[in-house]
Amino acid sequence: MAHATATVDVMRPPAPAERGVDVYNLKLGMWVFLASEVMFFTALIGSYIVLRFGASPNPWAQPGKVLSIQITAFNTFLLICSSVSMVKAYASIADGNVKLMKVWLLVTILCGATFVGIQVYEYTHLIHHGFQPSGYREGSELAELAAANPVPYGAATAGLYGSTFFTMTGFHGFHVTCGVISMTYVFIRALRGKYSQQDHRGIEVIGLYWHFVDLVWIILFTIVYLI
Amino acid sequence: MRESPAGEHAHPTAGVYLRVAAVLVILTVIEVGVFYVPAFHPVLVPTLLILSAVKFTLVVMFYMHLKMDSRFFTFLFGGPLLLAMVMTMGLMFLFGAFVLKR
Repeated sequence: MAHATATVDVMRPPAPAERGVDVYNLKLGMWVFLASEVMFFTALIGSYIVLRFGASPNPWAQPGKVLSIQITAFNTFLLICSSVSMVKAYASIADGNVKLMKVWLLVTILCGATFVGIQVYEYTHLIHHGFQPSGYREGSELAELAAANPVPYGAATAGLYGSTFFTMTGFHGFHVTCGVISMTYVFIRALRGKYSQQDHRGIEVIGLYWHFVDLVWIILFTIVYLI
Repeated sequence: MRESPAGEHAHPTAGVYLRVAAVLVILTVIEVGVFYVPAFHPVLVPTLLILSAVKFTLVVMFYMHLKMDSRFFTFLFGGPLLLAMVMTMGLMFLFGAFVLKR
């Protein structure tokens, strides 16, 4: 009996659970991941700034000479549209409209896939005209233009220009592709009835990732294409 | 962390989402427009950076719901973002991006 009492005496009630920050793990994990992604893309953009502006007095290719602003502006518009459809999907499921959520998710997937398709077209077009990661290909149309007009086409810095351009936009395109694949997975889960008004964490988390991809493009479009 | 269903914070209405989208599109059009107007070239870099910063803020606040979500996320995302901005702007100043002659 004495032993039993002693046992009870040494037992402690569990410590009160910490309140935490009132968020669920999936969302917290995504925000931590996005914070790390900020640093990743900052490293790329920072390197670009150092290489581009550090190359002075050798001029960089003027914006619009090599890259197509119109196509990219349309791609930017497309990504904005996909962000809208993503928040509409989230708002739909938060309001309990599962059917509408599926429609908006599908629209988002299509916009994202089209963005990637246009980027592939852009790459194909650029490489065809002689712009590649190592600079202007010898004997290509762009190499001839750069030889005739070395300043506007940045003939001396073409290698840096090509490598930084394809690295930054390539990594962004890779992120969009990952987003489209993940979104397709979420869409399939949605078709199987995995999300409801009470639990739609997957939709919110993939939405955060998708908007982040949009954010990165907002910066890249300005820095790479317009400045 | 407490496991809880999503949607605890209120989200903006569809009208707000569409208005933000309209502003984003207009700002993009202005960005491209500014690029083609020679008069803006002396101040092109700061102008474009300000416009993209506004677009960035709108997406983060309204589409990523930081405006109405837990403050914790604001600090979690805002901390690295602030460092990134300071570093990027610092590099641009150091390497003369704001005195670029076009």
